[in-house]
Amino acid sequence: MTKKMQSLVCRECGKEYPTQDIHVCELCFGPLEVKYDYAAIKKEITREKILAGPKSLWRYIDLLPVEGTNYIGEHAGFTPLVHAKNLGAFLGLDHLYIKNDCVNHPTLSFKDRVVAIALTRARELGFETVACASTGNLANSVSAHAASAGMKCYVFIPGDLEAAKVLGNLIYRPNVIEIEGNYDDVNRLCSEIAGERHWAFVNINIRPYYAEGSKTLAFETAEQLGWHAPDQVVVPMASGSLLTKIWKGLKEFEKVGILDSVSTKINGAQAEGCSPIATAYREGRDFFKPVKPNTIAKSLAIGNPADGYYALKTVAESHGAMDAVTDDEIVESIKLLAQTEGIFAETAGGVTIGVLRKLVKQGLIRKDEVTVAYITGNGLKTQEAVVNSVGRPTRIQPSLKHFTQTFGIEEST
Amino acid sequence: MIKVRIPTPLRPMTGGKNEVEITGNSVAEIIENLGSTHPGIKERICDEQGEVRRFINIYVNEEDIRFLTGKETPLKDGDEMSIIPAIAGGT
Repeated sequence: MTKKMQSLVCRECGKEYPTQDIHVCELCFGPLEVKYDYAAIKKEITREKILAGPKSLWRYIDLLPVEGTNYIGEHAGFTPLVHAKNLGAFLGLDHLYIKNDCVNHPTLSFKDRVVAIALTRARELGFETVACASTGNLANSVSAHAASAGMKCYVFIPGDLEAAKVLGNLIYRPNVIEIEGNYDDVNRLCSEIAGERHWAFVNINIRPYYAEGSKTLAFETAEQLGWHAPDQVVVPMASGSLLTKIWKGLKEFEKVGILDSVSTKINGAQAEGCSPIATAYREGRDFFKPVKPNTIAKSLAIGNPADGYYALKTVAESHGAMDAVTDDEIVESIKLLAQTEGIFAETAGGVTIGVLRKLVKQGLIRKDEVTVAYITGNGLKTQEAVVNSVGRPTRIQPSLKHFTQTFGIEEST
Repeated sequence: MIKVRIPTPLRPMTGGKNEVEITGNSVAEIIENLGSTHPGIKERICDEQGEVRRFINIYVNEEDIRFLTGKETPLKDGDEMSIIPAIAGGT
């Protein structure tokens, strides 16, 4: 096959660059994106070839921005698509699915996808040190993958993260740098450090490759629905990148002939305490105003979202919607998903389910539509959010008498 | 004097320097003066209407100027200003 990656191209002005470790256009500062040779890919890719591939995101290699097959993160992706009949019945939806990235390998969030791509590409470009600015899940994934790949690692996190997300770095022994500030402070500092060090910052100078990993959520969804695009998706938004890439992934499948037609409505979900993109949508603006985040959904607490502009464009183009939910609604929705489907999502999952409920209530998602909600992280990492609202175990003596006194005698049937 | 940190894409215009010292009493003045000492740089920071480009963020003493008073944000001797590409980070 000819080279599938042709160049990096500026989304704003179209200037092209070689496929190196750069992420912004030197003329207009627009974001750089990988330009593929879709005609060549179309000749190469088939449903049969995908089905015969590994049970991981690497089965979509023809549409991923790496050159070789020396993969880091060999087992990332290919997570379950759960037909959520109970939650669907509760909400009045006949065809609700949960894409469950709570169980991604190895660090239990969708970040294992983007990091597999980013680190594989970083090693191809000759880097020995990897780094990231993270709200937690990304740092966990970079730390774990760097450990297994034998790369040096620096992760930068805000000072107020959940305990499990801090421990989930330290155990792999990277350099963990906790910044006295929020994610936007971390990100700004890392952008400056990235200009001074020859490191692969996965979401800065490696970002054009890294972000493409999110497309695999769309590829898998379509494959798992029997090669159909869903009618509606609900996607949590922090920077907005994931949402834009799910749309891109579906449209790419259409472009290379894997899907016949795609008319999916892309819906975005944020927390009220950090909703710059959803607020811009509500007010009918195509630009967002940055905010200072204040929400329990810390993984989505980005007040200055890099892809906010493109997320707004994607939702408009696909005729979707956006909405936001309060912290109380997030907690209620985490519990609802757990108690109907047995899936314990982190706070971002509560945002997704909370907004799904609102969109159904507003009549924007109909009963007969195939709807996919993206659950991107694991609830065991954000226990602080729910610990005070799930009750306590019933404590008894180790005696049958005490048990019977507490729970009564079983009624005969 | 105000210390201005220069991002990688603009360093060809500052002779490779990652920091330059400029006088000025506001962000707008700094951009203007930066443009006279380093020809061409202003056009890269601002669009045709003279507004800071969509994909550039400017910080004064580590705070985003959109939380201050934008381009009119006042500066005093010893302040630091950073020009940073907006595209970075995130989920």
